[in-house]
Amino acid sequence: MSAIKDNSPSDEKELLEQFIPASQAEAIQDLEELDKEELKRLKETGVDLSAKDRIGTYFQTNCGVAECSCDFQGVEMLPITEALKKYDGLKEYYWKLIPREKDAFTKEAADDLDNGYFIRALPGEKVVYPLQTCLYIRTDKVRQRVHNIVVAEEGSELHIITGCATHPKLTSGLHIGVSEFYIKKGAKLIFTMIHNWGEEVVVRPRSAILVEEGGTYLSNYVSLKGVKSVQTFPTATLKEGALARFNSVIVAPKGSEIDTGARVILEGRGSRSEIISRTISYGGKVIARGHLVGKVPEIKAHLECQGLILSDEGIIHAIPELEAHVADVDMSHEAAVGKIAREEIEYLMARGLDEEEATSTIVRGFLNVKIEGLPKELEEELEAAVRECQKGI
Amino acid sequence: MLIIEDLWVDVQGQEVLKGINMEIGQGETHCLFGKNGSGKTTLLMTLMGFSGYKVKHGKITFKGQDITFMPIHERARLGIGISFQRPPTLRGVKLRDMLAICSRGNADAAAQLAVSYGFDHFLDREVNLGFSGGEIKKSELLQLLAQNPDLTLLDEPESGVDIENLNVIGDMIRKLLEKDKHKGRTKSGLIITHTGFILNYVAADKGHVMLNGKLCCQGNPVEIFEGIQKYGYEECARCQL
Repeated sequence: MSAIKDNSPSDEKELLEQFIPASQAEAIQDLEELDKEELKRLKETGVDLSAKDRIGTYFQTNCGVAECSCDFQGVEMLPITEALKKYDGLKEYYWKLIPREKDAFTKEAADDLDNGYFIRALPGEKVVYPLQTCLYIRTDKVRQRVHNIVVAEEGSELHIITGCATHPKLTSGLHIGVSEFYIKKGAKLIFTMIHNWGEEVVVRPRSAILVEEGGTYLSNYVSLKGVKSVQTFPTATLKEGALARFNSVIVAPKGSEIDTGARVILEGRGSRSEIISRTISYGGKVIARGHLVGKVPEIKAHLECQGLILSDEGIIHAIPELEAHVADVDMSHEAAVGKIAREEIEYLMARGLDEEEATSTIVRGFLNVKIEGLPKELEEELEAAVRECQKGI
Repeated sequence: MLIIEDLWVDVQGQEVLKGINMEIGQGETHCLFGKNGSGKTTLLMTLMGFSGYKVKHGKITFKGQDITFMPIHERARLGIGISFQRPPTLRGVKLRDMLAICSRGNADAAAQLAVSYGFDHFLDREVNLGFSGGEIKKSELLQLLAQNPDLTLLDEPESGVDIENLNVIGDMIRKLLEKDKHKGRTKSGLIITHTGFILNYVAADKGHVMLNGKLCCQGNPVEIFEGIQKYGYEECARCQL
């Protein structure tokens, strides 16, 4: 039995009605209006408003866009509402990977959109520094509906860091984020998403990715703080020779329910994929999903779900699935869930660490997945999250 | 340095050690011989204090302190170090981190040690992940060198090591036990060995033979080992009578 119940349509509707539309809440016009505490929280979410080492910033509070600027000529960035006007409804991209009618949340985003970003790297343009986007809920009890479209044109390279957060004093909210990613031939997109929501916030991202011939999509997902509920299952479709890699690092404190993972459909010869997740529960529930679908020969895909339960109450439910439609595929998975092995703790104790230090060393190592392009502040956050885990044991 | 008095130990409800008495003085190296399953490893694990090794009776004294029920890390900090036969893999923890832990913060000096034994290319590898038998031995000994214990417990340090690397392992153990120091040596050791190879590299002061959880013979380690080679452990059993 699944640890988290699937939402029925009536549950979804009921959930939506608990929150007011973001368009009815006040949005800030200028980043200057953010206070010290907020800036600190944003920094912990990977959003650096001093914009050092960032080529551009998209910043949305509630429904309003406070900042949308990019210094790099090779990248176009617009609020999606403007892009829809400018490009005649973005017919090639808008709702092309995700059906509007998928569920109550996609319908809500289709019918009453607050905003979101449209980012396009022009053909052959290679961006060295990342671009940052932030979707920020600043008012209590708001439901924020965004739709994002990212297009990496042929041969381009782009790195986006997106921080999703709520005001430090805010407790409840609902974030609906529809994201469609188009990685064209030979292009590369690194998409690093950091979640830093409040303890009563419900999050429903709906994402899909199309990676064309020889393209690369690298996704990093980091969620270290308490959140009421996250439910998402991004799906990537890979064409010939394409690569998609999903890394996630998830820490679920008590009261959090996080249902996440990725599905990759390998439908082009020679395409490759890797889904790696490291999850820690110190009282929360995590479902770590992974579904690899091999449709053509000569594909290679690997899935790795590792979970550590650091308290008596936590639940980690790893669901690794491999689905091969032809014979000549190379697909594998490994999944391991449990508590820290006594033997490992004692090994470190024999080197002079006390039990607590030994545990924290093991947890730190466990979370030490190689994440390409992770900002330094975030590495510090990872360290802090590990220390926080200790208190939960 | 170490005094073991009438030590009885159970492992998973089975009586394994049955009244062990042993004394290792400062600067002394002792060897422990015995058949597989005779209780040698149990003795080492009990001295370090690992869970699963239940002391039913007896006392262990180290540097004048009763350590019989002391937690593992306190024994380590007091100066006992052990090499593991089959250490667990620590995912995400690099050998470099491990050496820093062992040296209690002196990470650079510890890393330098790895360089001096030609093991620096392992510094950024995850501890024990995919290490061969010989590499595990080297990694364990490097950790001990960084830790610098006063009493070193080694469980078959030569097993799985090729001839070429035996020299290196021998050097490392000699350094750990201050074998090149002929006066004022303070480091002591207890080494389990099956092959006796290690005796060619490290001079031992005393040998013990363990049979069925009891020490049945003590004496010159080289003579004891020659006896075992010639007549087998059966002779020790007979001799005991």
